Amino acid sequence: MSNTDFFRKISGGFIEHDHNHDGIDRRGFLKCMAWAGTGALCVIQGGVLKSFALGSQMGSDMKSHKMAGLSFVQISDSHMGFNKPANPDVISTIKAAVDKINALPNSPEFILHTGDISHLSNPEEFDTVDQILKATNKEIFFVPGEHDVLNDDGKMFRERYAKNAKGSGWYSFDKNGVHFIGLVNVMNLKAGGLGTLGNDQLEWLEDDVKHLKSSTPIVVFAHIPLWTIYPEWGWGTEDGARALSYLKRFGSVTVLNGHIHQTMQKVEGNVSFHTACSTAFVQPAPGKADSPGPMKVPDGQLRRLLGITDVNYVQGRHALAVVDSTLA
Amino acid sequence: MKSKMLVAIASVALPLALAALFITHPPRVKGEDAKGTEIRVDNFTFAPGTLAVPVNSTVTWVNKDDIPHVIAASDGAFKSKALDTDQKYSYTFTKAGTYEYYCSIHPKMVGKVVVQ
Repeated sequence: MSNTDFFRKISGGFIEHDHNHDGIDRRGFLKCMAWAGTGALCVIQGGVLKSFALGSQMGSDMKSHKMAGLSFVQISDSHMGFNKPANPDVISTIKAAVDKINALPNSPEFILHTGDISHLSNPEEFDTVDQILKATNKEIFFVPGEHDVLNDDGKMFRERYAKNAKGSGWYSFDKNGVHFIGLVNVMNLKAGGLGTLGNDQLEWLEDDVKHLKSSTPIVVFAHIPLWTIYPEWGWGTEDGARALSYLKRFGSVTVLNGHIHQTMQKVEGNVSFHTACSTAFVQPAPGKADSPGPMKVPDGQLRRLLGITDVNYVQGRHALAVVDSTLA
Repeated sequence: MKSKMLVAIASVALPLALAALFITHPPRVKGEDAKGTEIRVDNFTFAPGTLAVPVNSTVTWVNKDDIPHVIAASDGAFKSKALDTDQKYSYTFTKAGTYEYYCSIHPKMVGKVVVQ
């Protein structure tokens, strides 16, 4: 099977992927419970997606492939201040996410937060999240969601979380040979459109990656998905394709997004796209409700549909493993 | 017998049908009426999607969603603060014309106010 353009979005089912030319023992089929949010493990090596079954053998898989080069965690959509029936207690669920992070066997080196830290851009909401995340004792990199830039074009966000960033808050940094790029696609949105990066940011991006070797693994993180998931609900980025065009020559590109409050994955050539769960509330699958608004789920189900994403990189192998785990 | 039955059916069905017509097409309310200048923001849509009002009408948007929305004129003429659930925003249209607006954080949400 070609490794290009397959889209795994299934409901509680299994998909069999035949990943060859890998040198890694194939694990049969991948349990990719994307819609059920119960977690998935995907390893990208040299741009080719490898699949592992989740479960007790996962630990030994990870060890046997020396998945300890670089480990980081992505969290998203905390929506501090939200108090509606879909989750009246977003404080306890983000605290559960922190407990989950602190209990990871491979302690992450840092955390990426892909936006919607707050629900209404209030300073108290940011304060609360900052206070709770302190318990991870980790460095945290943020990009804004639209809920973080509501009334001041993101001024407060940049003062708090992106002081040394460019433009409306974009930046890049390097860790263990991996180049990380934080992008902002929630500003200056045009009527009828999707998320937008804008010309200034795209020019900066083109320049930012120019000096890098094509073998450098790239991780791009931004709030709204850079790929078009469901334009009817605005789940995509107008000029995302232009951003990806600058990353074409790289052997391994991982794109991490939030915004849609559910996990979803797609692999296209050497680019692997992934969206994370929220720590706050669930949103419906694309087109499965009248609107993308918060969805109340049966009591006891919520924490099975919220979660964190753990990402591991093997140095020298260009491999990134993306693992979703729920708060349950 | 048969014709009596038909009359009986008609006497019940006709008013019902008329009532149904009124429910689906309520009489147009004049611009001065408060309800005629209100736009409900619900399920990520503006209702009505196009609102016609006389000059000098104050239009009020009310957010019925669990998610905040921001009302913004497409040409930048007006913009609300973020409206949380049940919060309102009003703007007075003093000149005739067609005003397109959208939610600046959910730009797929678009609407029009036609000022006559």
